[in-house]
Amino acid sequence: MNPEFHMSGDKAFIVRFGYDIDIKTHRKVKNFTRAIEQLHIRGVSQIVPAYCDVTVCYDPAIIDYETLLSKLKAIDINTINDFNSASKLIHIPVCYHEEFAPDLSFVARHNELDVEEVINLHSSVEYLVYMLGFTPGFVYLGGLDKKITTPRKYKPRQKIKAGAVGIADKQTGVYPIDSPGGWQIIGKTPLKMFDISRTPEVLIQSGDHIKFDPISPVEYHDIKEAIRNKQYFVKSETIMINNGQS
Amino acid sequence: MAKVKIIQAGLLSSIQDLGRANYQNIGMPVGGAMDTTSLQLANYLVGNPFNEACLEITLLGPSLQFLNDACIAVTGGKCQIKLNSRVKSCYKTIKIKAGDMVEIGQIEEGARSYLAIAGGFDVPIIMESKSTYLRGKFGGFMGRALKANDELNFVGVTKNPKRLSIKNKHIPTFKTEVLLRILPGAEKERFNWNSIKNLLTSSYKLTPQCDRMGYRLSGKSLTQINGNSDIVSSAIGFGTIQVPGDGSPIIMMADRQTIGGYTRIGQIISTDHSKLAQLKPGDTIRFQEVSLKEAHRLLREHEEYLSNYRIS
Repeated sequence: MNPEFHMSGDKAFIVRFGYDIDIKTHRKVKNFTRAIEQLHIRGVSQIVPAYCDVTVCYDPAIIDYETLLSKLKAIDINTINDFNSASKLIHIPVCYHEEFAPDLSFVARHNELDVEEVINLHSSVEYLVYMLGFTPGFVYLGGLDKKITTPRKYKPRQKIKAGAVGIADKQTGVYPIDSPGGWQIIGKTPLKMFDISRTPEVLIQSGDHIKFDPISPVEYHDIKEAIRNKQYFVKSETIMINNGQS
Repeated sequence: MAKVKIIQAGLLSSIQDLGRANYQNIGMPVGGAMDTTSLQLANYLVGNPFNEACLEITLLGPSLQFLNDACIAVTGGKCQIKLNSRVKSCYKTIKIKAGDMVEIGQIEEGARSYLAIAGGFDVPIIMESKSTYLRGKFGGFMGRALKANDELNFVGVTKNPKRLSIKNKHIPTFKTEVLLRILPGAEKERFNWNSIKNLLTSSYKLTPQCDRMGYRLSGKSLTQINGNSDIVSSAIGFGTIQVPGDGSPIIMMADRQTIGGYTRIGQIISTDHSKLAQLKPGDTIRFQEVSLKEAHRLLREHEEYLSNYRIS
């Protein structure tokens, strides 16, 4: 579809590229975000990409909204063909041991699988990071195997510790900070997904891929210790991806 | 470094500036002062840059003992200020001597007051801001609201500060019944005609579920045409009116999450954010739709008003 433009209050526009979560729409969102960043339009302050749209914040004292709108409309994402076919794959070690996975057996029962099968299905996918949002460093991932989708808990937990890995319906993700939440918790990573004392503060960016690598409780504690001593380096590699133009 | 000691903390007192708008793309809530207009006025009165961090005070103010000389001002919600038991005025520079006690009472008009201190509070700058992000437990003073016996550092006064005041005609009044002007939200078309009529003709009350993240309102129900209140998650701003499945609107405030998943029926214009920030549970809102042109005209007026009180 052609992009749709909608005002979002008196200081932002939403530019929409679709209505569904899919890779093609995501690529358009990424391309548009990159294009507008490269234009360095005076008066444009923040650019917030989401699943299907990009919110462009502006200062109407610096740029007239009609001028901005015509600049945004002039961006032809179909002619932008620079979507990098390489992506970063980041390995997130996850301990699925019951000590860290209070809901793993429920997820298995719900889907009529063994716990081992759930772990295998969850840890064998290279998930695409569609966006970050909600709380700092929270990643919205695509690619969860349909065989392990599980509804949210009926009663959310008051406190879920940072690092908890969960499933909610068709989504999976990691809690970056302690927060209440209703996701089914199936494991925990020793990595800090969000850390204010680190630059950048987040490990993962929109457009990256991540893979969960199963580790034992001993490895969990070893990695935790290594992070404390600043001796742990997050494993990542470059992967080639289908550029989605077909 | 100069110090101020918290004797009583008040209901919810936290360090806030203009927030962390530049990190929304990594999911960082903007945060910052609820009423940024009042924050800027407070900074003007003590000679600070407009974006310096202040103490945001909620409904009931703190008592403070200054261990060093200082220069302060209180703006926003109107409250009683006592300096060593002598009554002082809001919206005016107040000079403080080492050992002085400042007691801030209940906020009688509005909901949030801003205490600025010349030179600013000395707290770490995280992601370009001194604001306290309560949920993330970082920023401001130890990532939390102030408690009794906390000692905050501030950059002390070096030269004799000017006595300044805000002109009477420029001091805002905060009512418990307000008219807030809105622009159509991104999913306005998904609401039935009756719901739009309800939104624009009836009044909505703030429920007790109101905090720095958002205000839940009660009033006539708002329903989507197909009964579906969900959207594919998208960015939300200060003053975005979201409507979840129960039909009761929620207005997103300073500590909102960056991304929301409910239909957006409207967006309160920037000029009215200060009025919105000064509401408390039980207060009522009426909404009126305006055009984007009108919203921008009002914003220019508001900026002109604020430019009277900016240290260049």
